[in-house]
Amino acid sequence: MTVTQPAPALPSPELAEPRRLLRRPTSPRGAWAWMTSIDHKKIGILYGVTSFVFFLLGGLEALALRVQLGTPDNTFLSPEAYNQMFTMHGTTMVFMVIMPLSAAFVNYLLPLMIGARDVAFPRLNAFSYWVFLFGGLFTYSSFFLGGAPNGGWFGYQPLGRNMSGHNIDYWVFGLQILGIASLTGAINLIVTIINLRAPGMSLMRMPIFVWMSLVVQFLLLFALPIITVALFLLMFDRLFATNFFNINAGADPLLWQHLFWLFGHPEVYILILPAMGIVSEILPVFSRKPLFGYRVMVFSGIAIGFMGWGVWAHHMFATGIGPVALSAFAASTMFIAVPTGVKIFNWISTLWKGKIRITVPLLFAVGFVAMFTIGGLSGVTHAVVPSDTQQTDTYYIVAHFHYVLFGGSMFGLFGGAYYWWPKVRGHLLNERVGKLHFWLMFLGFNMTFAPFHLLGLQGMPRRVYTYPTGQGWDFWNFVASIGSFVIAASVLVFMYNVWASRKNPKAGPDPWDARTLEWSAASPPAEYNFAEIPVVTSLDDVWHRKYTEDERGRPVLRERRTDAEAHEVASADEPEERPDIHMPSPSYWPIFTALGLPIISYGMIYKSWIPAALGGIWTLAGIYAWALEPQTAPGGHGHDDHGEGHGAAGGPEGHAGSGSGDGDATPGDPEPEPVPAGDPA
Amino acid sequence: MSLDVATPHAGVAGGHPPTTTGLSHEKIGMWAFLGSECLLFGGLISTYLLYRGQSRPGTITPPDVFDIPFTSVSSFVLLMSSLTMVLALAAIQRNDQHRLRVWLLTTALLGATFVGGQAYEFTVFVREGLNLRTNLFGSSFYVLTGFHGVHVTLGVLMLLSLFGLAVRGRITTAQAETVELVGLYWHFVDIVWILIFTLVYLIP
Repeated sequence: MTVTQPAPALPSPELAEPRRLLRRPTSPRGAWAWMTSIDHKKIGILYGVTSFVFFLLGGLEALALRVQLGTPDNTFLSPEAYNQMFTMHGTTMVFMVIMPLSAAFVNYLLPLMIGARDVAFPRLNAFSYWVFLFGGLFTYSSFFLGGAPNGGWFGYQPLGRNMSGHNIDYWVFGLQILGIASLTGAINLIVTIINLRAPGMSLMRMPIFVWMSLVVQFLLLFALPIITVALFLLMFDRLFATNFFNINAGADPLLWQHLFWLFGHPEVYILILPAMGIVSEILPVFSRKPLFGYRVMVFSGIAIGFMGWGVWAHHMFATGIGPVALSAFAASTMFIAVPTGVKIFNWISTLWKGKIRITVPLLFAVGFVAMFTIGGLSGVTHAVVPSDTQQTDTYYIVAHFHYVLFGGSMFGLFGGAYYWWPKVRGHLLNERVGKLHFWLMFLGFNMTFAPFHLLGLQGMPRRVYTYPTGQGWDFWNFVASIGSFVIAASVLVFMYNVWASRKNPKAGPDPWDARTLEWSAASPPAEYNFAEIPVVTSLDDVWHRKYTEDERGRPVLRERRTDAEAHEVASADEPEERPDIHMPSPSYWPIFTALGLPIISYGMIYKSWIPAALGGIWTLAGIYAWALEPQTAPGGHGHDDHGEGHGAAGGPEGHAGSGSGDGDATPGDPEPEPVPAGDPA
Repeated sequence: MSLDVATPHAGVAGGHPPTTTGLSHEKIGMWAFLGSECLLFGGLISTYLLYRGQSRPGTITPPDVFDIPFTSVSSFVLLMSSLTMVLALAAIQRNDQHRLRVWLLTTALLGATFVGGQAYEFTVFVREGLNLRTNLFGSSFYVLTGFHGVHVTLGVLMLLSLFGLAVRGRITTAQAETVELVGLYWHFVDIVWILIFTLVYLIP
């Protein structure tokens, strides 16, 4: 919220300095550099690393579940432990892995792809990350404080309301914190896409990944408040014994389901659309063809975003919502398969007659298309009400959503990791090891989740901690459990690949001969991304700078007559020091402010109102300090009036400045010069 | 949430650096935030409407407690604060510092009066036997209107912060947009109250 307006272009530094509680971090090193960084690339990396750690945790929980279910009448997990494991597995994978991992890609790539120097609100970006981290840690702290959430990732009511212990409270508060992270992120990225595009980057010249990200951010913007309301009501029920889900007072248990799934179904597209965007970037590059039907891809993405709001009750076909609602939601659910199918055909057509290079990113992208198609088809079977009534709460549903979320989202995200790794780290990942990773994961994935279709159709219910022998479920459960360990092995191969590739030779700015703007920046990009803001003249601008077409439409390498033209395609491999480019300064306040939220939550869970109030004051103090702090620290040479120099479409002349040598405004500088004032308090 | 609206519009006199749309980041961010807030209030209002008349028979109903004349007056006070907010913005756009301070403070006081009226109303209702746990009406009424009251309180806090800056002469025409953004939030909260007042109090 708008709090206050600091003095812009402070008349003189001494006006602002004495009031400072903590001295502004300037050119910090080591951990401080990461904790105070507001560089979208560093924040993107933080998102990626953090969500990968949560991916490992969620994976360990999944392995525990599969060990328990591998054999009938198993006692590896107690029923209570099983409930905690499957709740935390789902909650982790949805809210702490796929969402933030997508956020990692969006954060890192979006400004590069639209030719900006940073996001619109760099400090808010850092705040989103820290809130996400603290929200995740807060939720996981429940394991040590009396038990993890145990009511399912969907948290159906009145079950959750009436459960004893604080397990559900951690879920309620944890998700609210994570929601704040996603909401602030969504606002930030929407503004970035709308307002920070390079000159010439019209909407229809944006890379498809940027388009899908934009749709996702709008979905987040409107879906998150709905689950926030649901969690808010549940919070009041649990803390103050209100009646929202109190059946004895006449409450309607469907209220929760409607609110949850009205969020939950757009959430499904929040999880899949970024991966669809990634795949739509990878396929054209490795078939050396433009994306087939770019406009149709954009519009089908938008259509999915809109229609995603009208299908939520297909999660509730077994709750007795009446024949009219059943028919309407069955029809809308079948209908949403149309834009999705359009996308699948466009991906296949992109590959068709392309000069295909079989690389790891391409394998993951093709794996995505295949697995997502299977998941999509089983999804259509849920739209058929009688069929869905049979499938509800069986392993068939579990098979379906793992095919779209793991076979879909995670395959797409892994493909993106291989594809953009050289951009982020400067070197390629090993292709051979990567192929082993892909094939192991592909095999393990299908071994684990394909049998779930059969188990579900044989009637095995979800969310049971064990089953008796003799139901015909033993064999496929055992196969699935073996498969889950194959997946785990493939993840270890990926981690080995990251480690083994760390000394690979430099890849250069454009190792894949790619099409979009991020490949014209150095690898890894300079802190300011682009020394000169690019001017965009077409879709796939970088490709058209490199290639022209012969009379038969085949790409022909452009002849480069001058060094200047070569420079235009790819800026220098080694980013140069550009003290004249003013980037926003690092700040303590995002992490400080974010830290208040778990304090409030702990206080409220245990009804200790004084800690809760202190947490509130802490957060409020952080907001005030933040608002009064100029985005760019005043330089040592009088004033620095280029506060917004983070990539406004103004081009280089907007940044040419008086304050030469203001090295203190570049936190992540490759070689920061020690500045006397740069002593982190 | 869009905390960064407070970034300085340094560099370009009287405005922001060139952006794709020509609008400032802060303004688009505020509109996006308010769009999100619509769904937040939408969810709570829907919950109230879903539970209208669903409370167990024999428990307190809305007509038992509502004092329409009193709430009408406090609603009027809140609506007038939107007018004074507009006057504050008009003042800073003319660089009329004196009237900026007067109207900012007036807006904050009117908002505080509304919140005070709500606190009084809640106290009376509780004395008449309606609390959070009484029935579905109690739960959904207090949470919806209380949530709105918290929004008004935060708005008052923002207005007072602006007033504090204005007193120290730190709001110039270059920052008129900050006043405008707080105004956007303030008008939004007012509009939501018109909805709540109509749906909760007036429709029998």
